[in-house]
Amino acid sequence: MSAVDTHPTRTPDAPAPVSRATSPLHDTALVFVRELRPVVRDPFSVIFGIIQPLFFLGLFTPLLVASSGQSTADTLQWFVPGVIVMLALFGTSTTGANLQFEMQTGSHERTLVSPLSRSSLMIGRALKEIVPTIVQALVIVGVAVPFGFRPDLAGLVVGLVVLSVFCVGLGALSYALALAVKENQWAFWGVQQTLLFPLMLLAGILLPLQGAPGWLEALSKVNPLTYVVDAERALIEGSWNGDAVAGAAAAAITCVVGLVVGARAMRASS
Amino acid sequence: MDTMIETRGLTREFHTGKKTVTAVKDLDLHIAQGEMVALLGPNGAGKSTTLRMLTTLLAPTTGSATVAGHDVVTDQRAVRRAIGYIGQGNSAAHAQRAIDELVVSGQSYGLSRTQARTRAAELMESLGLSEQAKQKVMTLSGGQRRRLDIAMGLIHAPGLLFLDEPSTGLDPQNRANLQEHILDLRHRHGATVVLTTHYLDEADALAERIVVVDNGRVVADDTPAALKADHAGDRIALTFSSPGDASRAAERASAAHPAAQVTHTSRAVDIQVAGGSGIVAGLLGDYAQAGITPSTVEVARPTLDDVFLSLTGRSLREGRTDTSIDTLEEVAA
Ligand SMILES: Nc1ncnc2c1ncn2[C@@H]1O[C@H](COP(=O)(O)OP(=O)(O)OP(=O)(O)O)[C@@H](O)[C@H]1O
Ligand SMILES: [Mg+2]
Repeated sequence: MSAVDTHPTRTPDAPAPVSRATSPLHDTALVFVRELRPVVRDPFSVIFGIIQPLFFLGLFTPLLVASSGQSTADTLQWFVPGVIVMLALFGTSTTGANLQFEMQTGSHERTLVSPLSRSSLMIGRALKEIVPTIVQALVIVGVAVPFGFRPDLAGLVVGLVVLSVFCVGLGALSYALALAVKENQWAFWGVQQTLLFPLMLLAGILLPLQGAPGWLEALSKVNPLTYVVDAERALIEGSWNGDAVAGAAAAAITCVVGLVVGARAMRASS
Repeated sequence: MDTMIETRGLTREFHTGKKTVTAVKDLDLHIAQGEMVALLGPNGAGKSTTLRMLTTLLAPTTGSATVAGHDVVTDQRAVRRAIGYIGQGNSAAHAQRAIDELVVSGQSYGLSRTQARTRAAELMESLGLSEQAKQKVMTLSGGQRRRLDIAMGLIHAPGLLFLDEPSTGLDPQNRANLQEHILDLRHRHGATVVLTTHYLDEADALAERIVVVDNGRVVADDTPAALKADHAGDRIALTFSSPGDASRAAERASAAHPAAQVTHTSRAVDIQVAGGSGIVAGLLGDYAQAGITPSTVEVARPTLDDVFLSLTGRSLREGRTDTSIDTLEEVAA
């Protein structure tokens, strides 16, 4: 520390600020903006999050084309929605690690001592997940279009809304996991990885599940992610069918369950 | 005077595996508005746990506490609104910029964005952090980060401020600066301050009341002066040129001052007695009459360390090994 660091002066003369009661909306917005700030200021994490899905897009699409015998454009039409869900999955399921870091350094404790409501501490954080997800999804779409990918625009917009709703729920669950395992990083990553890959494979993101054995199909039917993936495919294709409705419902249920579990974990946290 | 903090039988246990640690045992504490209290005790004494219960971070196992008139269990939000807390960790998230965390912290207490910004700029300035305002927290030095913690705790000028080892990691100049801030908050806004510390001089300089805790219990609760007078007298240290002189001197001191604790080792005599500085002249006169001349004389005022030693039989400074573990953890985090 240099000598410049210190000017022992007194707290400046100013009327003492008074702490006032705040609304849940104010609190949530405050937490949301706080969470978003480092992402915007340092978009490296957003860019980094696209790299893996881009690999899948670039390296897996040719394999799909080769094995199915379909055109690249048709394959992308099926595969890109899955990649978008995948990137949302990768990004939001790991977000609890940020909270875990804040739990270790002490800043989480400080937010708990502040009058911010517990649910806004959770909801504000979870809502932030929407932003990087949408940015990343749009990048993937932008990369795929020159290769023949043709999304239905209205469908894409609604698809991203459904995905956002899902992300809020998944993000909240990731935070809940962090709060549950406390400072144990090993446990966080262990649980996250253990759940991530089965969920992804069972949702038919990489390979279609048609013709899968019955037990596998049954498992995929209880995986909410399956419905989200199917909905994204339908919506981006421009078909407003039952798949879209089921996916929206699955996303909404994930969102509500995530936020309830998350807010509870936040309340129990200390 | 109005009551600010009142605890009744406050107790907190932790269960790790089969072991139960009682971090705080049956604490009855009454702190009036405007008081400045230091919790003093070795590592693991239960200081942080006490503060964490009073700030709603931990639920008591048994017992109850009211803070600023609100129950810490049933009325947590009201307690939180009334207090400021500077914990043992870092208040600001490492990925955030210093100024952003400070402003958000102000806003979370209901300050408007403008109010929070003005106040943040003032605090940064007076804590010597203006240059670092736009730096990411993780790039700040340890002491700068600690000062940011302090700014965050003061942003809403709370009427009741809890500080958990606030001066850890600060250089002497910044420790003095911190003390000034605390005194200022107090004089200007009549704030009540409760702090924990290992630094005896800090407790001595800041607090009008010291609560000494050890193993989760209060072992003493008084003003620094009274604690010193009751639990550790002034120390008069004398050395002599011959062991014979020393033993005669020790005998005469014991005879003249039966209340004094006199210890004697070959050529040295140690006299521990209340008001010791006042009896030195008389003692030396007595030695002169008896034909004993000390080679050196030293009078030391008692320190809180002496108080702690007399209360618990252990020195606060022996906690060094624990302290180094804390430091390692900080580095790792
Ligand atoms: N979350 C916890 N789980 C288990 N034991 C705990 C927990 N928190 C504190 N303890 C135990 O409670 C006791 C008191 O801890 P506390 O942190 O209150 O001490 P302290 O007086 O603040 O010490 P220090 O000066 O080192 O900060 C210690 O024995 C500690 O190991
Ligand atoms: Mg402590």
